[in-house]
Amino acid sequence: MNIVVLVKQVPDSGSERKLDSSDNTVARASADNVINEMDEYAIEEALTVKESQGGEVTVLTVGPGSATDAIRKALSMGADKAVHVTDDAVHGSCAVQTSAVIAAALQQLEYDLVLCGAESTDGQVSVMPALLSERLGIPHLSGARKLTVEGTTVRVERQTDGGYWMLESSLPAIVSTWDTINEPRYPSFKGIMAAKKKPVETKSLADLGVDPASVGLATATSRVLDFAGRPPKGEGVKVADEGDGAEKLVGYLAAQKLV
Amino acid sequence: MLDYRLDDETETLRKVVREFALEVVAPQIGDFYERDEFPTDIVRQMGELGLFGLPFPEEYGGSGGDYFTLCVALEELARVDSSVAITLEAGVSLGAMPIYRFGTEEQKQQWLPRLCAGEALGAFGLTEPGGGSDAGATKTTAKLEDGHWVLNGSKAFITNSGTDLTELVIATAVTGTRPDGGKEISAILVPSGTPGLAVGKRYSKVGWNASDTRELSFTDVRVPEENLVGGRGRGYAQFLQILDEGRIAISALAVGLAQGCVDESVKYAAQREAFGRAIGKNQAVQFMIADMEVRASTARLAYYRAAEKMLRGEPFKREASIAKLYSSEMAMENARYATQVHGGYGFMNEFPVGRFYRDAKILEIGEGTSEVQRMLIARDLGVG
Ligand SMILES: Cc1cc2nc3c(=O)[nH]c(=O)nc-3n(C[C@H](O)[C@H](O)[C@H](O)COP(=O)(O)OP(=O)(O)OC[C@H]3O[C@@H](n4cnc5c(N)ncnc54)[C@H](O)[C@@H]3O)c2cc1C
Repeated sequence: MNIVVLVKQVPDSGSERKLDSSDNTVARASADNVINEMDEYAIEEALTVKESQGGEVTVLTVGPGSATDAIRKALSMGADKAVHVTDDAVHGSCAVQTSAVIAAALQQLEYDLVLCGAESTDGQVSVMPALLSERLGIPHLSGARKLTVEGTTVRVERQTDGGYWMLESSLPAIVSTWDTINEPRYPSFKGIMAAKKKPVETKSLADLGVDPASVGLATATSRVLDFAGRPPKGEGVKVADEGDGAEKLVGYLAAQKLV
Repeated sequence: MLDYRLDDETETLRKVVREFALEVVAPQIGDFYERDEFPTDIVRQMGELGLFGLPFPEEYGGSGGDYFTLCVALEELARVDSSVAITLEAGVSLGAMPIYRFGTEEQKQQWLPRLCAGEALGAFGLTEPGGGSDAGATKTTAKLEDGHWVLNGSKAFITNSGTDLTELVIATAVTGTRPDGGKEISAILVPSGTPGLAVGKRYSKVGWNASDTRELSFTDVRVPEENLVGGRGRGYAQFLQILDEGRIAISALAVGLAQGCVDESVKYAAQREAFGRAIGKNQAVQFMIADMEVRASTARLAYYRAAEKMLRGEPFKREASIAKLYSSEMAMENARYATQVHGGYGFMNEFPVGRFYRDAKILEIGEGTSEVQRMLIARDLGVG
């Protein structure tokens, strides 16, 4: 079983995140960069499948040179090897362009199962698995809270607001995972030391056969035109309960179009 | 060459331990502390992370790191909580290290894998009710009788000696008289549950409340002769070596506590308002926090320096004492100021700084008091 996990390095959602005022892209150089939290669940799931079925887990990331930190963490957790696509031309790419790069990288790998987080905490576009499914012509099972592989069949429980769907497809397939699917392990020090010796292959757009002019900010399908800081928190509304507290609360929520 | 940056692996370990401390330890340790309870499950998870095996080679189940990586892990744990940090420190540098350093191959094979995995904990019994600083004054005796050591006496303040994971204690005992008439002191391994070994109740302590500290008494405790750890009559010299290293570890722990004081104070100074503005807008508060950061960073350099000399195989006794002395005293000071920044809330157990304040004092006492460190430094300088 060959499993590829898509991993993205993002600015830590717990610290202050900024856009770069020169071109309105995410300011990565000054940020405290970490592995996208949701991707850790995908890595854990890949390792769990590997532990029960055997096989190999490859980490695939598209990102600047500093994204090696994210790769190292995934390898420390137990992934076997990594492919790091890095090329200055990718800077500022939209999700559609990035999906072309990832798809090209995947085509150079052998895979039965592609796993990724259900969303990234920076862009939150959440369309990558669907885009890849389209480009690669493989089924896409999104938002898994449970995953089982049997032979060449993958079954997932797809989490919804009110319950879950049971989905099944043949392999190869791409599955995105929620944070309800498992509890990611912490890398042990042995794992950290072992990661040092695991192969990391660096690839450029030329290596993938992707035209640099087809990606990047200049030809992106979406871009940030303008941005402003979050407005300061308002005063809030106090509801005094005079026997009708619940009604007032519901009224308020309805007025805000929240219910 | 001067380079105190952490290499990639140590930096990754630091981040992982930081994450673990924030996600696993921080949310629950306050309750354990309040209930005076040993957090067995957290300690097991620390074992799964490989923390108890950090400075030991893989052939004995260790993680293949070194003593400095252990110190970095201790610092990050203590930045959140000292009880779990001292559990690790004592487990590794007092419980397992004597076996690794001085034990026979059989002892290593038998004990180290479980100790490295954090599945078992070892304790080290040196201090007695009658005295700790004067370790040569040991009264516990071990007599060799038909192939067995028979131990009698008692030990005070022994960390990790009565947890659900505890499987052994290494006790120092008088095994005879040296040719010069002095006491011959040796170290003897006593497995938990050996008849005659009585494990006392947990002490009611001022701090480190989620760490296990007990009195042990030995009444005709018989263990096989092979349970001698290291050379006969080498007990005193051996433990001095163990304590030298341990001082670097205690220093790392103190730096963690001191940095935790900075973390908490920075947060609180921005949140808490008085006279219509954040208290952090007052220079008096800013200066307290700036001074705390200065102390924490300089103390960190002191333990890095001691660890560097130790790993290079150079004499490091003086540097270890300097690091231990300076960082424990400055941790105490940081705890005092952090509590001050927090005002009344700083005196409440629910705030981490309340714990930091209570946990700081012992750092000036355990593994050699401040006075003992000053004695050692002065002696090393040839004074007196
Ligand atoms: C929570 C906790 C955990 C501990 N864990 C362990 C453990 O796992 N194993 C273990 O063996 N021990 C342990 N100890 C014991 C600890 O190491 C001793 O308490 C410490 O070494 C001091 O010894 P003492 O308490 O007997 O103090 P004393 O030696 O009685 O000292 C009392 C005071 O006199 C001073 N003093 C003594 N001699 C001199 C001198 N010559 N010159 C100047 N001043 C002097 C000391 O500095 C101190 O201020 C622990 C203690 C505590 C509180």
